[in-house]
Amino acid sequence: MAEKKSLGKEFSKGILAENPVLRLVLGTCPTLATSTSVQSALGMGLAASIVLVCSNIAISALRKIIPEKVRIPAYIVIIASFVTIVQMLVKAFAPELDEQLGVYLPLIVVNCIILGRAEAFASKNPVLASAVDGLGMGVGFTTALFLMSSVREILGAGSFLGMSIPFLSQNPVLIFILPPGGFFVFGILMAVVNRFAEKKGKPRAELRGCEACPMAQTCKLNSCEKTEEKAEVSA
Amino acid sequence: MAKKLTVSASPHAHSNVTTTGIMLDVIIALAPALVMSVVYFGARAIVLAAVTVGTAVLAEYLSRKVMKRSNTIGDLSAIVTGLILALNLPATLPLWMAALGSVIAIVVVKQMFGGIGQNFVNPAMMARIILMVSFPTAMAKWVVPFSNCWSPDAVTAATPMASLAAVEGGNVAAVEALPTLKEMFLGLHGGSMGEVCSLALIAGGLYLLVRHVISPAIPFSFIGTVAVVMLIAGKGNFEFVAYQLLGGGLMLGAFFMATDYTTSPINLKGRIIFGIGCGLITSVIRLFGSLPEGVSFSIILMNILVPHIEHLTTSRPFGEVKEKKEKKSKKEAAV
Repeated sequence: MAEKKSLGKEFSKGILAENPVLRLVLGTCPTLATSTSVQSALGMGLAASIVLVCSNIAISALRKIIPEKVRIPAYIVIIASFVTIVQMLVKAFAPELDEQLGVYLPLIVVNCIILGRAEAFASKNPVLASAVDGLGMGVGFTTALFLMSSVREILGAGSFLGMSIPFLSQNPVLIFILPPGGFFVFGILMAVVNRFAEKKGKPRAELRGCEACPMAQTCKLNSCEKTEEKAEVSA
Repeated sequence: MAKKLTVSASPHAHSNVTTTGIMLDVIIALAPALVMSVVYFGARAIVLAAVTVGTAVLAEYLSRKVMKRSNTIGDLSAIVTGLILALNLPATLPLWMAALGSVIAIVVVKQMFGGIGQNFVNPAMMARIILMVSFPTAMAKWVVPFSNCWSPDAVTAATPMASLAAVEGGNVAAVEALPTLKEMFLGLHGGSMGEVCSLALIAGGLYLLVRHVISPAIPFSFIGTVAVVMLIAGKGNFEFVAYQLLGGGLMLGAFFMATDYTTSPINLKGRIIFGIGCGLITSVIRLFGSLPEGVSFSIILMNILVPHIEHLTTSRPFGEVKEKKEKKSKKEAAV
């Protein structure tokens, strides 16, 4: 799928058609947890995007060296190093943000979006394409977080980026800050984006194929092909 | 509803029961509680009820229109939802919050899941809980009956449930805040608009029972379970049991909300399980929870369990034989 697409398409697919949060439903946990305020959501999006781009580049560059059988631990080590760097930078230059994000900052290590892109894209594609893919996915993740946190902060806390809004700040609808409200906004946004993305001529079925699946490679190497072979032999 | 010819599979049972007719009966049954709330809380009560009912009907009409579905405001279910929601709110609640509650009930809980008969929890109950979680202070401002509900500094009082919880917590002075049992029965205490007057609610509930709109299984097993648990918890103190039964939203919940057709089981066995479950959760929240009242949460939690209760209590057709070891024989056949 990668060779046919231009770099522009690699970038733009992450924003709408294959938005990691709203279309592929990856990284739901950090999305729900950090979207209670716009500030922490943007911080989370930015931190994850940096890690995503860096790890995509590194994994893509090392894709021919990393042995097939231990690739997941190898990816985790690469991702964890970048997360550590980002975490140290955030602690040094934006300690407030570090406090807001709390445990979710180190947890970027196990963020499905990053591991998913490493497995599905960076391990099969050249460095430049992987970097652009990571950037697009990062922007998509940040956009989704921004949209969700805007709705939740404006309605749930009556403020936007910490600035209070006249009527809403006196009567905040607290449920939007709480987990149920988070799920509600998540669902509504997903429905809106699905409708929008499908109208643009991207059928949903295309996303369900092997290509979108982060386990596609493992699956093809181990079970699918072997069963096919067996079937052929027995036939 | 008005179709003359319906083509359907057998059995071709006929009856005069229509959704509109049932909803009309529920509205009639709720009338005494509404009248008493107007007597106790004044014109503010009727204004609040008008807002919730009006918004509910408007929301139903608009959401059906937007989704290009048939217009269903004629079945009166939106009016019932609005009315039940109003009776669950404190009379002092800002009107826009009440309107928001109606929109949540109709649009989010009912229409987004397919409209009447498709909602997975009771719409009015869910709206009340969402309002309670969102606006905890406004939703806990219980005014004393006959005080001016329009002024922002109306005389407020703890609900009997809160006073009871305080007494249990060791605050002996809270006993004085408790109304007498007669006051409890007539509704002369703080609480939601419609839940205060147990007399009116019981009258409405009996009307529904006599008209066969609701079956006695759910309300009786619900109230009975609460009574038994409270009798044990109160170490045989019948006065404590009476306070627990007449206080809070138990009567309103047991007769009008737990019995909602869509969100309660079909079979007698299922209904009894449902009622007992509601009673147990209510009692546990009242006795051990941080909230003084748990009727709404218990009904919502049991609503969610209804599909599983139905699955476990499906009645078997007469003469059906249990098929055993089907899997094994299939495996053997495959080998």
